[in-house]
Amino acid sequence: MSTATDTAANAHGHDEHESHGLSDLGYIGIAIILAILTAVEVSTYFFDFGALEVPSLLILMVVKFWIVVAYFMHLKFDSKILSWVFVAALVLALAVFAAMGTSMVFWQDPAGCDIGEFC
Amino acid sequence: MADSTTADAPELAYGPTHYDELEHPPLSTGVSNEKLTMWSFLGSDCLLFGALISTYLLLRNRTGPDTHGPTAADLFDIPFTSVSSFVLLMSSLTMVLAVAAIVEGNLERCKLWLLTTAALGSIFIAGQVYEFTTFYREGLGYTTNISSSAFYTLTGFHGVHVSLGIVMLVSLVALIQRGSLTVDRAETVEIIGLYWHFVDIVWIVIFAVVYLIP
Amino acid sequence: MALTEERPEVLELESGDSAPDIGAFRRPTHATGWKEWVFTVDHKKIGIMYGTLAMFWFFVGGVEALLVRTQLFRPNGTVLTADQYNQLFTMHAVTMVFFVVMPLANAFANYLVPLQVGARDVAFPRLNALGLWIFAFAGIFINISWFVGGAPNGGWFAYAPNTGSLYSAGSGMDFYAVGLQIAGIASLVGAINLTVTILNMRAPGMTLLRMPVFTWMALVVQILLVTALPVITVALVLLTFDRSFDANFFNVAMGADPLLWQHLFWIFGHPEVYILVLPAFGIVSEVLPVFSRKPLFGYPVVVLSGAAIGFMGWGVWVHHMFTSGVGPVGVAAFSATTMFIAVPTGVKILNWIFTMWGGRITFTVPMMFGISLVSMFTIGGLSGVMHSVAAGDTQQTDTYFIVAHFHYVLFGGALMGLFAGMYFWWPKAFGYQLNERLGRWHFWLVLIGFNTTFGPMHILGLQGMARRHSQYGPEDGFDFWNAVATIGAFVILIAMLVFAYNILKTWSGYRRGTVPQAPPDPWDGRTLEWAIPSPAPEHNFDYVPVVTDLDDFWHKKYQRDESGKLRKVADGNAIAQKGDQHPHLPSPSYWPIVLAAAFPLIGLGIIYNLWMAGIGLVLLLGSMYGWSLEPPTDPNAGHDHDHHSDDGDDGDGAAVASEAPSEGDDAAEADSTEGAPVG
Repeated sequence: MSTATDTAANAHGHDEHESHGLSDLGYIGIAIILAILTAVEVSTYFFDFGALEVPSLLILMVVKFWIVVAYFMHLKFDSKILSWVFVAALVLALAVFAAMGTSMVFWQDPAGCDIGEFC
Repeated sequence: MADSTTADAPELAYGPTHYDELEHPPLSTGVSNEKLTMWSFLGSDCLLFGALISTYLLLRNRTGPDTHGPTAADLFDIPFTSVSSFVLLMSSLTMVLAVAAIVEGNLERCKLWLLTTAALGSIFIAGQVYEFTTFYREGLGYTTNISSSAFYTLTGFHGVHVSLGIVMLVSLVALIQRGSLTVDRAETVEIIGLYWHFVDIVWIVIFAVVYLIP
Repeated sequence: MALTEERPEVLELESGDSAPDIGAFRRPTHATGWKEWVFTVDHKKIGIMYGTLAMFWFFVGGVEALLVRTQLFRPNGTVLTADQYNQLFTMHAVTMVFFVVMPLANAFANYLVPLQVGARDVAFPRLNALGLWIFAFAGIFINISWFVGGAPNGGWFAYAPNTGSLYSAGSGMDFYAVGLQIAGIASLVGAINLTVTILNMRAPGMTLLRMPVFTWMALVVQILLVTALPVITVALVLLTFDRSFDANFFNVAMGADPLLWQHLFWIFGHPEVYILVLPAFGIVSEVLPVFSRKPLFGYPVVVLSGAAIGFMGWGVWVHHMFTSGVGPVGVAAFSATTMFIAVPTGVKILNWIFTMWGGRITFTVPMMFGISLVSMFTIGGLSGVMHSVAAGDTQQTDTYFIVAHFHYVLFGGALMGLFAGMYFWWPKAFGYQLNERLGRWHFWLVLIGFNTTFGPMHILGLQGMARRHSQYGPEDGFDFWNAVATIGAFVILIAMLVFAYNILKTWSGYRRGTVPQAPPDPWDGRTLEWAIPSPAPEHNFDYVPVVTDLDDFWHKKYQRDESGKLRKVADGNAIAQKGDQHPHLPSPSYWPIVLAAAFPLIGLGIIYNLWMAGIGLVLLLGSMYGWSLEPPTDPNAGHDHDHHSDDGDDGDGAAVASEAPSEGDDAAEADSTEGAPVG
C-alpha cells in the first residue's frame, strides 16, 4: 500500500494534500457545476435547440466527462503516466469505433460506386 | 556495487543491498502498483463500453421483416432518467468526500460518505430497475427486437458494474468497521473511488448518446 | 526435480496469525509435491505450468491438424465427415492460437520479465496464479464440447449469424463463445499484472530504454491484450446472448448487420496476431545478439518498431474483410494502412540481419531457430504484403494462399521463435541444457517438415484451392501438392517426437547425474537473468541489481580498454549471484485455483442450467472475499502487522498490498510495499 507516500504526505503536513486536489468545498463546487451542466443537457429535452442540439449535448458530455476525470478522479493532479494510460485507451476506443461505425453506416452505399467488384 | 576488475575472488556482479533492506521498494513510475492497475483496468473497460455503446448506436434504428414492438428510444422517460443520472453524479461527489475524509484521518466521516455513496448508487439501480420494468410492461422485452437487446445489454452491463461497485463500497465500510482498513491504507478507498467515478462517467456518456441525442 | 531443492524461503504458518481459518482449510505453506505447484504464486513455476499446458495443447492441436491433413491427402477423402472436418479445423485454430501460442508467450513473459527487470516477482503474485488456473480450466472447458455433442465448428473466427443458434444448433459454438470469454479473463488478468510489473518494478537504474527487448515486446503485448480483449469479449457476449437468451444481435430478420460480428472480431483479431508474434520477436532479439557476440543492432529502433507495430496493428483490421462488402473506401484505406505496417516489421528484419552481420556466430540450436524465424517470417511477410493489395487479395482470400501466409508467420515466425526461447532459457528454468545433437535433429526436421507442409500451399492457393472445404475433387489438379503437404505434416510430428525425446532424455539424465548441472551463465548472456544460478532460485536475486547500462550484465563481463578493444574482465559464472540468501517471499495460496474453478461452473451454467451459474457465482464472490481477507504474505510473528488486504474488484484490480514483514520492524513504517514482495 502507499504507506510510503502517505507517510511522506503526512510528514509534509497538508501542503502536499492541498496541492493534490481540492478541499471539500472545492469538490462541492465542482459538483454544482456538474449539476448545472446536467440541467442544461436535460433542458434540450424541453426546449428546441434546433441544429445546436446534438453538438451542444456532445460538448456538454465531454466537458462533464473531463471534469469528473480530472478533478474527482484526480487525474489532473496525479502522475502523468496515469493520464497517458487512460487517455490512450480512450482515444483508441474512440478512433477504432468511429472507424467501425462510419464504415458500417456511410461507406456501404453502393449508389455512387461504379467499381463493380467492391460494391 | 559492481566491481569490474578481475581479482582472485571476483566480486559478484551485483550487491550487496538486500531487497529486504530497501526502505521503499522501487516504484519506477512513482505511482503505486494498485493505482496503476486500476487505471489500466479502467482503460480496458473503456474499450468494453466503447464496443457496447457503438453496438447500440449501430443497431438502434435497424429494422428487418421480423421487427416489431417499440424501440427503446420510443419509451424513454427523460425526466425520470435525468433524476437518476443526477443521483449517480452526486454519488461521485460523496465518493470524493469519502476519500478526502480518510486521507484526513477521519474514519467515521469516511464510512458515512461511503454509505451515502452506496445508497445513492442503490437509488440509481432502483431507478434502473423501475425503468426497465416499465419498459417491459410497455412492450420492450429483452428479445423484442434488436434495439431492445442492444439497449438492455448496454445498460445491463453498466448496471452490473454499478452493483459490483456498491458491493465494494459496503465491503470497505465493513473493513473500516472491522479495523482492517486504517488511515494508512487510504489509497484503497481512493482506488475503489476511481472505479466508482468511472462507472459514473460511462453513464455520462450513455445518458447523452443513448437517451438525449435523438 | 531441481526446482524443489530450495525451500527455505517459504514461510511457515505460525500460530496466532490472522489468516481466516475455514474449517480444515488452512493456508498452504511448506509444500511438496503437487501442492507446491497448485498453490504456488511464484512466477517461475507459473510460467513453467503455462508452458507445460501449452505443449500439451500443442500436441492436441497437432493431432487435429494431422487429421485434417490426412483427410486432404487424397481427393474426395473419406477419413472425416464434413462436420467432423469443420470441428477439427476450427478447434485446431482455436487450440493453437488461444491455448498454445498465447500461453507459450505468456510462459516466457511470466518466467523472464521479473528476472529481466530485476524484480523478485510480479506485482500481484496471487493474481498471476489466478490467470494460470483460469487458463487451465478454460482449455478443459472448451474441449468438453467434443464429448457433449460436438466441438465448435464455425471456424475460429466464428462468423455470426452462421454461428448463431439458427445455423449452428447444438452446444459446440456455446462452448466456443463462453470458453474464449473465460480464457480472455485469464489473459486480461495476466496482462494487467505484467504491465504494472514492467512499468513499476524495475531495478534501480533500469530505465525503459535499458530494458531487454523481450521485456519491451512483452510490454507491448500486454498493452495490446488489455485493449483488444474487451472488444472480443463484447463480440462473444453478443453471440452468447443471442444463442442462450434469444437476443437479436445477429438476427438478420430483425435487422442485424452481419458485418458487426466481423468488425468486432477483427478489431480484436488483428492486434491478436501481433500479440502472437511479438513475443517471438522479443525472444529472437535476445538470442541473436548472444550468439553473434554483438549487441542488437539499433536497439531503440527495434523497440520503437515493436511499439509501432502494436500501435499500427489497430488500423488494419478490415484487411480481413476485403471481400465482405465494406465498400471501396474502406477497402482502399485499409489496404494502404496494411501496406504501411510492413515497414516497422521490415525494419526489425533488417536490424536482426545487421546484428548478425560481422558477428562471431555460433550455430547453437537456439540460434538456428532464431535465424529460421528471420527467414521464415520474411517469407510469410512477403505473402502478407501481397494480401494487402486488395485487388490481389480478392483472388487470394479464402484460398490456401492465405493458409500458407499465416502458417509461415505463425509457425515459421512465432513458433520457431518460441522454440529458440525454449532451448535458450531451458538451463535457466530447469538447471540443465537440452541436448544439442537431438536439438539439431528437431530443428532440421521441423524446418524441412514445416516448409514441406506449407510451402506448397502457396501454389495450391494460387491454383484456386479453397479453404475450409473437407474435400477437393480429382479434377481440380490439387492432388500432388496436397499429398506433399500431408507428408510434411507427419515430418513435423516426427520432429516434435524428437523434441519430446530430447526433453525426457536430458531430464532423466539430469536426475541421474549423467547430464551436467548448467552454470548460471551457460551462453555468456547479456541480460540480468544470467546473473543468477541455474535453475533460478525461488527468490530470484540475492541482492538488488543496480543497473547502469543496457545489457548491463554483459558490461560487467566485458569492457573496452584504452585502445577501444573489448576485453573480458570477468567470467559470468564467477560473478553471478550464488542464490544463498533468503529474502521474504509472497506466500502460496489456494484462493487462485478455487476462484478459477468458479468460471467453468458459470460457463456450464450459461449453456445448460442457470442454477449452476448461480452456484458458480456464489463460489466466485465467496472466493473473492476469502482472497481479499487473506494477507498476501503470511505474517511471521503475531499480527501486529497490518497485513489485511482490502476487497478488490473482480480479481483483476485486487488492491492487494503484498508486503514482506521484516521481523521486529514497526508495522506502519515497514508497510510501504506497493504490491511488490519487497522490503
